[in-house]
Amino acid sequence: MRHRSLLVLSIALTGALTVTACGSRGGSKSGGDTSGNGLTVTIGVDAPLSGQNSATGLGIQYGVQIAVDDANKNKTVPGVTFKVKALDDQAQPTIGQQNATALVGDSSVLGVVGPLNSGVAQSMQQVFATANLVEISPSNTNPALTQGPNWAKNDKKRQFPTYFRTATTDALQGAFAAQYASGPAGKKKAFVVDDKQTYGAGLAGIFQDSFTKDGGQVVGTDHVNTGDKDFSALVTKIKSSGADLLYYGGQYDESELITKQLKAAGDNIPLMGGDGMYSQTYITTAGTGAEGDLVTSVGVPVNSLDSAKDFIAKYKAAGYPGDYDTYGGYSYDAATAIIKAVGQTVSQNSGKLPADARNQVVKGVQGADFNGIAGHVSFDQYGDTTNKQLTVYQVKSGQWAAVKTGTYSG
Amino acid sequence: MHTLPQQLANGLFLGATYGLIAIGYTMVYGIVQLINFAHGEIFMTGGFGALTVYLALPHGTSLWLALPLMLIGGAITSVLIALGAERFAYRPLRTAPRLAPLIAAIGLSLGLQQAVHNLYPKATSPRVFPQLQAGPWNLGSIHIQSGDLFTIVAAPICMIILAVFVQKSRTGRAMQATAQDPDTAQLMGIDTNRIIAAAFAIGALFAAVAAVCYGLRYGEVDYSMGFQAGLKAFTAAVLGGIGNIYGAMLGGLVLGLAEAMATAYISDIPGMHQLGGGSWASVWAFVLLILVLLLRPQGLLGERVADRA
Repeated sequence: MRHRSLLVLSIALTGALTVTACGSRGGSKSGGDTSGNGLTVTIGVDAPLSGQNSATGLGIQYGVQIAVDDANKNKTVPGVTFKVKALDDQAQPTIGQQNATALVGDSSVLGVVGPLNSGVAQSMQQVFATANLVEISPSNTNPALTQGPNWAKNDKKRQFPTYFRTATTDALQGAFAAQYASGPAGKKKAFVVDDKQTYGAGLAGIFQDSFTKDGGQVVGTDHVNTGDKDFSALVTKIKSSGADLLYYGGQYDESELITKQLKAAGDNIPLMGGDGMYSQTYITTAGTGAEGDLVTSVGVPVNSLDSAKDFIAKYKAAGYPGDYDTYGGYSYDAATAIIKAVGQTVSQNSGKLPADARNQVVKGVQGADFNGIAGHVSFDQYGDTTNKQLTVYQVKSGQWAAVKTGTYSG
Repeated sequence: MHTLPQQLANGLFLGATYGLIAIGYTMVYGIVQLINFAHGEIFMTGGFGALTVYLALPHGTSLWLALPLMLIGGAITSVLIALGAERFAYRPLRTAPRLAPLIAAIGLSLGLQQAVHNLYPKATSPRVFPQLQAGPWNLGSIHIQSGDLFTIVAAPICMIILAVFVQKSRTGRAMQATAQDPDTAQLMGIDTNRIIAAAFAIGALFAAVAAVCYGLRYGEVDYSMGFQAGLKAFTAAVLGGIGNIYGAMLGGLVLGLAEAMATAYISDIPGMHQLGGGSWASVWAFVLLILVLLLRPQGLLGERVADRA
């Protein structure tokens, strides 16, 4: 009897663990084939491909996939076939770090696009720096990632020579949001909530400072946990504070529920947030509750750019389930920067990969200078993009509509 | 303090959902002394069962018509999974050391989560759950939403049905007998296997009702929603006195109220600003649990109506 019980137990546990293991690898449908002669270079992707933030995360994976497909089709780098290796970090820093180690260990990986979350990036930067593997995030906006923890005191210091991003920082995004809120939107009293994550708390802090500086008043602050669903008590608090704007630093997973519960409680003030909320999923889940809500996002609206038309058409044709809107275009450009750097490295070494290929690719990316589909791509001395454009979007009739595009002017 | 009535209501709505899930923990523990950690996932599959029924109905069906069918669909899913778990994961381990079924429960919980994640279409991120198009209603200074309405109607009805069932029906009385002493109960001609299965089924039924409450309140169901809800419900069951079905409901309500009060007022206490707010709600809920257990280790309703002596 004991033996039988043990048998059943071990089968149950093995079963469960196998399913779990499958789950964690379920998202890594890497494209491209390894056949053919010549070199195969892998571009790694790390993003949340399941669970929280996955709609935006999948947009990154598919953005890279399209860039790689284009490079292979157009033979951008003669003799080199690119493929994608996408790992799911589930928006968890610890998993991100494991993925970084796995990507570093695969010698065919010469560059990585990702991650989505600033907090995850923090855990990966050192791993990539030690291995001289270039990492370009299409979406990390926390200033400290490139400029160091004392960036606000004008003591900027580059953190890791292998880390780059195609998104501009929250220092500009938060200030741009505050300027819009107190200016064109005419808001006087803001309630500020964040999710305590690197990205959310950073952004909310910058907004709070800038909004006060612009003459607004912060009538209350609070924090939530990622994964929370019930915000009824918080919503009652916001309602009684008399705020005319709720600013939220964090992702759409929580904010879509907060805005919905806020409007359902009869408080019709807009929720404003950063690029972590700029997703179609936000509107789908929040429904009519999202109407009038505002976000700032990095860059200019991709669907307004002629250069991105072809990309959007391909994205739609492939029937990918994620959003391209937020970072798909930036992911395409990030992957392109890596592809171009690989091309340069190979051509300088008579068609072969040199022994220090990863080093060469880092140098190539640092020197990137080309027009991508979402704007000009080049990086400053910190690894930040030189493209500082931002856009305010508002939900109008169930769609994100751009209401203001520009660069932050202090 | 003019928000107090609303905050009390918020806490009660939240607590009622916890209470409904907690009944499943309490009944199973009361009869087989097993903490079924997969119960949170049984709750989650109930939500997906209800959603499946809604998606299968013709587009545009009124939710008022669909809701009873969704409840049935959710209940069938949850009950089948709970019965399967009981029959194939727990019954073979009934004579094994207590740790074995506990580990099986944790394994089952992970397995169910990943199964929904991998097998249910688009369940890798939260799925939108339909919303009742009604209300909101204002009751004095309390604002009641359609999703909450379902909770306040469903939770008391469920409790009354359960109380009548346990007190009056043959199966209910057989359950009490099995909880007191399974061996003697068996000698008296009670089929204990059937009774244990019934306890699992009833717990799953209530979890499915709770899942529909959850879906209507938050507008989404998520493959990972069982973990946190299950943990809170387990806490509610312990708080109320595990094994006691009224205690489960009371524990749920107390826990929900504690969370709402903590979110709303702790940060107003001088010197407590850093320890208040929404992100600390669960911390205060667990502080409350520890306090109750220190003062009254058997939980709030300690008489142990359906527990083994």
